[in-house]
Amino acid sequence: MNVILKDINLFNPLSKIDQKKVSILLKDGIISKIGNIDSKEFENSEVFELDSKYVVPGFIDMHVHLREPGREDEETIVTGSNAAANGGFTEIACMPNTSPAIDSAEIINFIKKHSTKHLVNVYPIAAASLGRNGEVLSPIAELFEAGAVALSDDGVAIKTSSLLRKVLEYSKMYDLPVIEHCEDETLSDGAMNEGINSTQLGLPPLPSVSEDLIVSRDILMAEYTGGKIHIAHISTKKSIQLVRKAKQKGINITAEVTPHHFTLTEDYLKSYDTNYKMNPPLRTEEDVNAVIEGLKDGTIDCIVSDHAPHSIEEKEEEFQYAPNGIIGLETMIGLSLSELYHKKILSLKEIVEKLSINPRNILKIPVPQFSIGEPANFTILDLDSVWTVDISKFKSKSRNTPFDKRLLSGKSFGVINNNQMFIDDSFVNI
Amino acid sequence: MPLSSRHLLGLQGVPKDDIQLILETANTFREVLERPIKKVPTLQGKTIVNLFYENSTRTRISFELAEKRLSSDTINFSQSSSSVKKGESLKDTIRNIEAMKIDMIIIRHSAAGTPHYLTKICNANIINAGDGIHEHPTQALLDMYSLKERFGKLEGLKVCIVGDVAHSRVALSNIYGLITMGAKVSVCGPSTMIPRFIEKLGVNVTYDIDEAIRDNDVLNVLRIQLERKAGGYFPSLREYAKYFGITQERLDNNKDITILHPGPINRGVEISSEVADGNNQIILHQVTNGVAIRMAVLYLLGTLN
Repeated sequence: MNVILKDINLFNPLSKIDQKKVSILLKDGIISKIGNIDSKEFENSEVFELDSKYVVPGFIDMHVHLREPGREDEETIVTGSNAAANGGFTEIACMPNTSPAIDSAEIINFIKKHSTKHLVNVYPIAAASLGRNGEVLSPIAELFEAGAVALSDDGVAIKTSSLLRKVLEYSKMYDLPVIEHCEDETLSDGAMNEGINSTQLGLPPLPSVSEDLIVSRDILMAEYTGGKIHIAHISTKKSIQLVRKAKQKGINITAEVTPHHFTLTEDYLKSYDTNYKMNPPLRTEEDVNAVIEGLKDGTIDCIVSDHAPHSIEEKEEEFQYAPNGIIGLETMIGLSLSELYHKKILSLKEIVEKLSINPRNILKIPVPQFSIGEPANFTILDLDSVWTVDISKFKSKSRNTPFDKRLLSGKSFGVINNNQMFIDDSFVNI
Repeated sequence: MPLSSRHLLGLQGVPKDDIQLILETANTFREVLERPIKKVPTLQGKTIVNLFYENSTRTRISFELAEKRLSSDTINFSQSSSSVKKGESLKDTIRNIEAMKIDMIIIRHSAAGTPHYLTKICNANIINAGDGIHEHPTQALLDMYSLKERFGKLEGLKVCIVGDVAHSRVALSNIYGLITMGAKVSVCGPSTMIPRFIEKLGVNVTYDIDEAIRDNDVLNVLRIQLERKAGGYFPSLREYAKYFGITQERLDNNKDITILHPGPINRGVEISSEVADGNNQIILHQVTNGVAIRMAVLYLLGTLN
């Protein structure tokens, strides 16, 4: 099938492409012409009038919790991928805290099997320790061979320094990054960030130093072993400073942040609404400012959703007992564009780097190229569209988000990948 | 003038006029408690549910007596939070109880914010009888009532809250209420039990119990929950008693000081038997006043609509 994307702005900072008002011809999902397209071709093609919307290399969310296997009532590989497509992503990496955990080639194959034929590519992140128990190394070589793109015990930090050392040394053989959820478990029986708000709300406090301690440990261990550490959902001012210094020293370290950690503060907890309960918890305004600074100066490499689906009944439990986390695939681009691009904190180039290029470089996934003969892997952005988040339209199986009814500017207009297009709320083969 | 809210969830943000009104109304009911027939028909026909998800003897009995003395119909429901977690959700329980047409819910729960959540899922008036380590407003109101009874006013009164402030709902409610009423509030306890940034609430912090006794009109001595020792917040009960326990000897520095305790007391830990039974304490007055305060709150909320 022939598809023409007409009057687009083609933008790919990696190959320095920035062309305004051009058209692209795709033949069976392959880029076959860029620029002026013959009127003859228009007759034989499906034409999308895109009126200066931006076409960028497909966005990737490298921190997603699909609940399959184990909690298919909350999310499956397919519903999570649908949510990704609806949110503007062509690729996602999924975390291993499923049940059972992603700690064997069989589970990786299971995920691959359930994600083939979808528009969205799913890259499994494997557990660093068997069962994520923090005791025994997972079969890292086998997991790598089966297709794991990173290692993580996400949900918790790798339990001991001794195991962390072994994971970093072993993973070096395959150049696999180790993604760390930085939290000292001996300091983390809390439900919200420690501060005057936690005292006033009577909620058990989670001190920021719990994150900072593990970030420090991991930086030192990355330096010692030469392994590759990626800090998941960084949230404190101190941790950002630590990463900034480590990068200056040339230590192999990268970091990501979620939209809620650059958009919301702990003040929202005053409602006791469990949709504001996440881990790491929402922090203070000072931390949010540090996150924004870190995004600007490149200390923070990527934006990720930490998409964490939970059932309504679990999120309706008492605040202290309710599970942590919110879904984010379908609000992340809107929040990034509203809070960072439109507020002139990041340029479009930086947005594309943090949502498309840097995560792929960390996971060693090739960045989509805009040249003739390459398969089309695009996110189409409508930068100025003003829209209201409506959870009833989400493709995710879960509904746990604090952003329902929020007014956002900028969204994904559609995505193209694997010979498919998601546009106007539906998938089309192209 | 009626109360400004139809619930009593805590004392944070409760205006002075409301507290004043509750304390004044309690005067009337305090008098009722001295009568041979201690019952008034004020809340006849109202149904009040005591929903206790956490063990409580005194608060539950105090509320129940207050409800009965106002002639309301009362239902008791007690269950430990842990067994509820496995069974029916809180929301379903509340919806079912509400469907039986009730007017007011008194709730005690181990999780902070549960009373606030109830206001979102049902229409009854909600009274917080203690939520986790958050607030326990009726306790603070009865403490304030007892102090007003003793001192004639709260303004300018120097009150120090002693003990495990970090894990105390009584402390927080007292801090809010007393500051609103113009008292000068401080806290004293082992530093592991004083929350970071507590000064931001407008209280002074001291770690020296003798200084606290010397400089205050009142000590409100909190119960040391024995499980906190297991959490490692202090080395031993012996050390706690030695450095923070209120003993008669220590009171020599300020013979006029008034001692409050929300109960139940651990004799020989936070307070010696001699002090617990001595002339400085007004512990049993607090208990009696608790019924009057709860009658006042029930009455004011129950007749609001």
